[in-house]
Amino acid sequence: MAYLSLRNVSYTYENGYEAIQNVNADFELGESVAIIGQNGAGKTTTVKLMNKLLTPTKGEIFIDGISTKETTTAKIAKKVGYVFQNPDDQIFQDTIYKEIAFGPKYQKLDNKVVEERVNVAAEICGLTDALSEHPYNLPYSKRKFITIAAVLAMDPKVIILDEPTAGQDRESIERLGNMIKDLSEQNKTVITITHDMEFVVREFNRVIVFADKQKRRDASPMEIFWDEQLLTFSHLKQPYICQLATILGYKDVLTIEDLLERERGKNEAYNN
Amino acid sequence: MIGANESGKTTICNIIRGFVPELYKGELTGEILIKGKPISDYNIGELATIIGYSFQNPFTQLSGVKETVYEEIAYGMENIGVSRTEMMTKVDELVDIFQLNDLIDKNPYQLSGGQKQRVAIASIIALDPDIIILDEPTSQLDPKSSEDIFNILHLLKKQGKTIILVEHKVDLLAEYCDEILLMDQGQLVMTGPTQEVLSNPSVLEYGGQLPQIALYYIKKAQENNTELPKTVPLTIREVSESLSKDGDM
Repeated sequence: MAYLSLRNVSYTYENGYEAIQNVNADFELGESVAIIGQNGAGKTTTVKLMNKLLTPTKGEIFIDGISTKETTTAKIAKKVGYVFQNPDDQIFQDTIYKEIAFGPKYQKLDNKVVEERVNVAAEICGLTDALSEHPYNLPYSKRKFITIAAVLAMDPKVIILDEPTAGQDRESIERLGNMIKDLSEQNKTVITITHDMEFVVREFNRVIVFADKQKRRDASPMEIFWDEQLLTFSHLKQPYICQLATILGYKDVLTIEDLLERERGKNEAYNN
Repeated sequence: MIGANESGKTTICNIIRGFVPELYKGELTGEILIKGKPISDYNIGELATIIGYSFQNPFTQLSGVKETVYEEIAYGMENIGVSRTEMMTKVDELVDIFQLNDLIDKNPYQLSGGQKQRVAIASIIALDPDIIILDEPTSQLDPKSSEDIFNILHLLKKQGKTIILVEHKVDLLAEYCDEILLMDQGQLVMTGPTQEVLSNPSVLEYGGQLPQIALYYIKKAQENNTELPKTVPLTIREVSESLSKDGDM
């Protein structure tokens, strides 16, 4: 069985709103996976089920072979870390250090280990110089990194990022990309919800598409972004470079580099 | 308005809106004039009817005192004493434009991030301000909803509104904006027509972003060691247009 496995999962909120229907998915350790789809398609509900912030109405979720129904949210927190979409839903301490240290302290780790964990997580998130500051002295974009650091400090096997690129500038998006690569090399699973298709194309080999409460496709970016029918159905758009490639007469291109390479190939063929 | 995080974009918006130094304390030099009058001569309520402001984080924008989306959109109008019939007509109109029909009876706090963002913007436009300042209005939105917001801004522009937009989605800015201001470390480092600024590689050195299409033409010119085309296309539409004009690029 995969490390994290969703089996026929449906979820209906207390007010009767059915958010997802019959979702199946497997995630192995070391995989990085993007989840895309319209607002309201069921993405956030799905990931909240993965760390038992919600429990499936139907179906089951297994983490490391154990159903989330048979364990506690606190136990799951050691295995699956969720970074909220809105950082302000997550931050509650009065210094960044305390905020990041809260998780590992709660795990009753040795003070030295806690300190080490905080320093490493702060370094990854670019917060080393800001540890003594109040979280709310930092802008929204940086507060998002505080919440990422707080989850990294717990050292979970699976890290879920809910729209980490929202409101981030180019440098921060690059930082996120590098972080995802590093985590994946450390054999962690990273599951990321995002609306930034350029980010998806650059950083992920596997993409899950949600539309209208269901998982519609689980495939490579190339398969997804060149499937016109799927994109129309899911209200998604091709990345700009795919659109450009189409006009220039190419197919199966995802990035600027891909497109330039195709053109080089065409020129060489022409010169020969 | 573009630029790296913490380059001063939000601060400028707060100054224009009159929040500095009244609400956010600090030292302010220089002056902002609206309709020829310094903003310090306006009272903050008066400014609120001239300038609509949407906060960066839609989660902080919502009033917190209204229980339905419908009432949330009407809240600003209630405060400035708009008549009930006028208010209802306006809310209905906005609900249509922002495609909020299915949400009007929901509690604003039960909405998704993207839905909250649309409600927040609708509530500002309800007050019919001349100037609309939007600080990253599409940060929580999917690509299609982002484009919907840009289309609404385009309509408002046609109605003669001035729109100041802080936004990282340069590909959309390329399509919809007249001018670009680039901020870096507290200074305005580049201003000009969209076409000019968003095709200038120096934007990258200042921590800004360029549209994907422009980046492609810049990288292509670098790779082939050729000059950039005189007018670098920034959008798919511009590429199509120049292709049909020149035959090839």
